[in-house]
Amino acid sequence: MAATNVEETGTGASFIEIDGLKKNYDGGGTPVFALRGLDLTVAEGEFLGVMGQSGSGKSTLLTVLGGLTGPSGGTVTVDGIDLYSLRGEKLADFRREYIGFVFQAFNLVDYLTALENVMLPLAVKRMKAAEKRERALAVLGRVGLADRAHHLPSQLSGGEQERVAIARALVNQPPLILADEPTGNLDTATSVEVMELLKELNGEGLTIVMVTHNAENQSYFDRTVVLRDGVVDCELPECAVATPL
Amino acid sequence: MNLRRIAFANLRRRKSRAAFLVAGLLVGIATVVALLALTSALRMQAQDNLESYGANILITPQTDDLSLSYGGVNVGAVSVGRQELDESDLQGLSSIKNYANIATVAPQLLGAVKVNGHTALLMGVRPESQFNVKRWWTVNGRRMQADDELVVGAGAARTLGLQMGDTVKLEGQLFTVVGILDETGSQDDDLVISTLPAAQALLKRPGKVSLVEVAALCAGCPIEDMVTQISGVLPGAKVTAMQQVVKSRLHALDQFKAFAYALGGVVIGIAVLVVFITMMGSVNERTREIGVFRALGFRRGHVVVLILIEALVASALAGLLGYLAGIGVAYGVLPFVKEGDGMAHISFTPLLAAGALVLAMVIGATASIYPALHASRMDPTEALRAL
Repeated sequence: MAATNVEETGTGASFIEIDGLKKNYDGGGTPVFALRGLDLTVAEGEFLGVMGQSGSGKSTLLTVLGGLTGPSGGTVTVDGIDLYSLRGEKLADFRREYIGFVFQAFNLVDYLTALENVMLPLAVKRMKAAEKRERALAVLGRVGLADRAHHLPSQLSGGEQERVAIARALVNQPPLILADEPTGNLDTATSVEVMELLKELNGEGLTIVMVTHNAENQSYFDRTVVLRDGVVDCELPECAVATPL
Repeated sequence: MNLRRIAFANLRRRKSRAAFLVAGLLVGIATVVALLALTSALRMQAQDNLESYGANILITPQTDDLSLSYGGVNVGAVSVGRQELDESDLQGLSSIKNYANIATVAPQLLGAVKVNGHTALLMGVRPESQFNVKRWWTVNGRRMQADDELVVGAGAARTLGLQMGDTVKLEGQLFTVVGILDETGSQDDDLVISTLPAAQALLKRPGKVSLVEVAALCAGCPIEDMVTQISGVLPGAKVTAMQQVVKSRLHALDQFKAFAYALGGVVIGIAVLVVFITMMGSVNERTREIGVFRALGFRRGHVVVLILIEALVASALAGLLGYLAGIGVAYGVLPFVKEGDGMAHISFTPLLAAGALVLAMVIGATASIYPALHASRMDPTEALRAL
């Protein structure tokens, strides 16, 4: 189903290449410059942390990188694919095949059970119903929620909902996970569980880019960049002293 | 899990919103169904009971003269040719192609007789047929049954001083008045009515009739065809269609139908608006959810299809329930709008049911196209902006 150019494998050394990325919003008349020529590369299998103060452009970076919103300038290349040269519905196909999103607010669909939520990315794929179900159940088992498959989100705890969201991001076996504050709504113990899970997945070869405020998560990252005013300011640990987080 | 399953899950688990959508459309469909069912029931009643609107074909002797009587004033006429029809010729009617459509044949013989010193118009009739084509005749007393019984018009009774039960001599023969007609406001008021054989004997015109009124049930077949067929078997007669009788009634029904269509159109317009507003509200309420779908790799087209499936499923339900509700309303209303005590009934018509279903789905889809497109164009980042 996916476009053929989406299926091609990249040849570049780095998995993600971001070049001079700019993004302006029309903030009700006054333009907001969220990204101002950001450069960043991420290697395949890397667990990258993105930190920075509110308004530094972290979330915007994630949405542009995830193919959700076009940049005002610059290029984003993932696995050799220049995202914003994709036309029409190809970008949606790219998201489906390449990216698993994990949101801070979980964003589970409230009228679907845990299992159905996990199957969502498969809903628009041509695949046998039994196979979709099998795959979703397997991923739910992977995040330890096999016994919660038929619960609605409202019947699950915050940590469980986050794990359903992660299972949903994984079900399509994408090479890249983009996580926006996945621990933002969780208590410390649950946060640790979720970070352990992500680290495990990373260990299995997934590339993960995670935006976070929480400095405690740093220990899980292979590398941490700090954004400031829409550009990469510095990398930890060099800027730990210069930029208090 | 596919788009259809998602749509059904949404409708099932968010019942109140689905119910509102269904209800809005249901009212519209029910109104249209009720109007159409009523119109068709009334039309069928009119067609089934055409004879209750009187005769619609008149058979008179062939003459070369124009009528010289107008508005009840007769200025005399010199008639040439046959003045009467033979009663036996009427048997030929049974051989015409549309004989089954003939409900009543009412032959009448007219002639002047002396009654109590006055000259009155005697009409000889076959009582059953005659009262069938003159539905508006109301008899005080009863219809004549024997050849020596009379029914007299209200005017004639007054002028001749006749009362129920009176015995009266016509041309030397004794008759009993068994019934008096209520005032009709027409020439019928001046009639003295006997049976056909009695009149034929009295007027010395055995086997003759002056005119024949025919009530034909044929609303479906053109009345002109029947006229042609009757002329074919009665060569000496002039056969005239009295179209206005039926047409005026059908015209009234057509006006009601036009009104029903206009009202139906307005109601459908409102239904489209209700569906549109409900779907638009639903889509806006689901901004975040739709953003999630898009982020997970649903194409715009997938979102459009998802919204349209939901609309179509809800619409189909509304169509079905609307049809049932409409038929129910028509049942309830029919007794108040039908004509007299004639039989009229609301019937289950698969065509109307299918029509209601299709109409509901067309309305649902049409009114949801813009909301669906709107949903598919929403910016997923806007949708996902944290809390």
